[in-house]
Amino acid sequence: MKRILQFIERVGWPRVIIAIFLLSLFIAAPFVRVRIDASISDTLVRFGMNGVMVLAMVPMIQAGCGLNFGLPLGIIAGLVGAVTSIEMGITGLAGILAAMVIAVPIATLLGLGYGILLNKVKGGEMMIATYVGFSSVAFMCIMWLMLPYKSPNMVWGYAGAGLRTTISVEGYWDRAISNVASFNFGEFFYCPTGMFLFFAFMCFLIWIFMHTKTGTAMTTVGSNPEYARSAGVDVDRMRIISVILSTVLGAIGIIVYQQSFGFIQLYMGPFYMAFPAVAAILIGGASVHKATILNVVIGTFLFQGILTMTPSVINSLIETDMSEVIRIIVSNGMILYALTRVVKVRS
Amino acid sequence: MEALGPILKMEGIGKSYFGNRVLRNVNLSLGKGQILGLVGENGAGKSTLMNILFGMNVIHETGGYEGKILINNREIRFDSPFDALEAGVGMVHQEFSLIPGFTAAENIVLNRESTIYNILVESFGERMKTLNKAEMRQRAKSAIEKLNIELKDDTLVTEMPVGHKQFTEIAREIDKEHTQILVLDEPTAVLTESEADILLDSMKRLSGLGIAIIFISHRLQEIMEICDKIIVLRDGEVVEETIPAETSIKDIASHMVGRNIDSAFKRETEMIDNSFSDIILSVRDLWVDMPGETVRRASLDIHKGEIFGIGGLAGQGKLGIANGIMGMFPAGGKVIFENSPVTLNDPRSPLGMGLAAVFEDRRGVGLLLEEPISWNIIFTALQMQNKFLKPYLGGLVKVRDAKAITECTRYYIDALEIKCIGEDQEVKELSGGNQQKVCLAKAFATRPKLLFVAEPTRGIDVGAKRVVLETLKNYNKKYETTIVMISSELEELRSICDRIAIVNEGKIAGILPATSESTEFGMLMLGKVDNGSEGEKTS
Repeated sequence: MKRILQFIERVGWPRVIIAIFLLSLFIAAPFVRVRIDASISDTLVRFGMNGVMVLAMVPMIQAGCGLNFGLPLGIIAGLVGAVTSIEMGITGLAGILAAMVIAVPIATLLGLGYGILLNKVKGGEMMIATYVGFSSVAFMCIMWLMLPYKSPNMVWGYAGAGLRTTISVEGYWDRAISNVASFNFGEFFYCPTGMFLFFAFMCFLIWIFMHTKTGTAMTTVGSNPEYARSAGVDVDRMRIISVILSTVLGAIGIIVYQQSFGFIQLYMGPFYMAFPAVAAILIGGASVHKATILNVVIGTFLFQGILTMTPSVINSLIETDMSEVIRIIVSNGMILYALTRVVKVRS
Repeated sequence: MEALGPILKMEGIGKSYFGNRVLRNVNLSLGKGQILGLVGENGAGKSTLMNILFGMNVIHETGGYEGKILINNREIRFDSPFDALEAGVGMVHQEFSLIPGFTAAENIVLNRESTIYNILVESFGERMKTLNKAEMRQRAKSAIEKLNIELKDDTLVTEMPVGHKQFTEIAREIDKEHTQILVLDEPTAVLTESEADILLDSMKRLSGLGIAIIFISHRLQEIMEICDKIIVLRDGEVVEETIPAETSIKDIASHMVGRNIDSAFKRETEMIDNSFSDIILSVRDLWVDMPGETVRRASLDIHKGEIFGIGGLAGQGKLGIANGIMGMFPAGGKVIFENSPVTLNDPRSPLGMGLAAVFEDRRGVGLLLEEPISWNIIFTALQMQNKFLKPYLGGLVKVRDAKAITECTRYYIDALEIKCIGEDQEVKELSGGNQQKVCLAKAFATRPKLLFVAEPTRGIDVGAKRVVLETLKNYNKKYETTIVMISSELEELRSICDRIAIVNEGKIAGILPATSESTEFGMLMLGKVDNGSEGEKTS
């Protein structure tokens, strides 16, 4: 009993409770005629889709810039990369590579500006970040109409100009990463191996980065900026680097998401994208100033698992479609919980 | 007036914080209308004594005090400052507690306003009474009159000069009808000389009205001028009780700083004369804008290989010197290290040249509380000197070398006797003394040529103090590192330093060999220089 309690203490009550809840959903699924193999497959796919975007939280948290509510900024860079790649008509992995090559410099530039802005509002980063995300989405709503994209796959049919709200990547790079070494097991189970490998690779890169001199300095800046300054670290520069890194990861993350999802969602699509990522990392056990790769992996799995399973099981149970409502309650409830926990730590 | 019996009597007062004794068997008595001067170094126990008298929360939260306090021959034991106010004890603190947007009159009668009845009181109670502005102003005026000062009752606190704020605070205490005892904690520290004179006059008037005053000040001249009785505290004990006629400033100064030489910090080693070795650090006209520790035009030379002490009272700027040179606060002037200029306002420059510092604000600047000991120790060396990095992929990426870090940390844990469960323990779990050792290890790990150590023994117990001082001494000998130690404890400086500079009002008041008489240091600290060359006064 004591050892169990110790284990729970170490993992953290919230994670244990959520894991038990998720497990009970899997157990309940067959009884309400939800296929378990399809459910697991869905969970895995969603895990892979969202992983990199959750990873995008880590650098900023570590550098003390708070949660990256400005993730839509990175997502926009990713979207520009994606539509440009389609415009150029490149297919397969090369198309994704092209999208990323275009997206990363844009994300770097946007991240630089975003970082400089956040340095001016130390202490209130998260509020400002939220509005950076919102306003950039609104700005891009104009740009998607104005930018001179021509590909008939993407523009409004009747006007011949302006990008559509949803663009299919089919025929270009639909599941190009996911399908690398993927396999099916029966009719309903699909394992996107490539996506996992890619996610693992990104995690590894961040892990390495966090162990370099710059990464160490970044963590220290988040831990105690005064200490870092006294040891000769340029605090503002570290913060900017962290914001750039987070934004770039956001851009890469959305491309991974789209290739698996099959569609590019423009206009208001990125508007609420930051919240599931924030919720996931907090559920994973990160706080506002400390996050590890393990937090990302655990958090993404638990959060996406709940998000996949709750609606389908409960819908079948009560026989009405309220999946979206449940999704909103669950994800926002998690954010609320996690943010209140932070206040407690501070006081 | 003693014949009436003392109005306040404190008998055998003692107090310890967490096993650290700060007051021992303090006795004092104060008659009606008397002014008692209370003097002592920082940390001598003055504030603690006054906190006990005033029933401050910090006292009973830490286990109460020993001894008895009698007011008008009745034993009292205050549970909160409100009880003290009720019993007629008023206190004016060093920091102002005024409401900036209110007028002088409103501040003076705050929470004791004169009120008029109105109909709302019937349904909502006493708190709905209307303010009687005219009477409030009248009361404020009469309190100001008692002080005999120029202060308009309708001035906003924000628009007042510092001196007037101080007067407002005192007027507030006087307005309380039955104030018998008034404690003034360094009221003249923020005043100009002419304002201080007015305040001293007012104090005399108040004592004439029968109010007993306890006056705490570092300006001994003032103490000599107005007090009926002087008590000198040192290390929590009354070392001298006298009257001005029988003593002199010099006597008081020596009582304040002079400790028994056979105490904890006996000097064991011979003083080494480094005056022939090269000058390693030369500071000219340094100014530092550090809040509460402003440095104005400080100049000094430090020789290679010496242990140089910087002392002085709190707030005079001794801490500012190290912080300024290390680039932690805005600074200007000329600092030359080993014949090349140090760029001020950029911590990388002094660090890169081989300077290092252990700052006084251990928890704020010195440590990463939520990171393991190992990180705390190696971080500066890793950032500034690229130590503890292991190259991979032909030097393309350099990653932290966990093995080297562990080795280095273990070495320092052994060498400095850091008590912990391992090198991965978080620093916030360590005791103050061990945290201080971690700070030292951090500085040592960079192998500095010159090391600033600010208040290395503040808030740590005697055993740890000795280890810290020994470590510094040994390090100085072993690696010939020049050490500049900044401390408010003169005896500590005298026990390990070769030369000691005393800082007063942001300038170097003088530099003396550590073996000089403690009286001489005391005089420098109080800004009394016999040769009169430092005649100019800053206000």
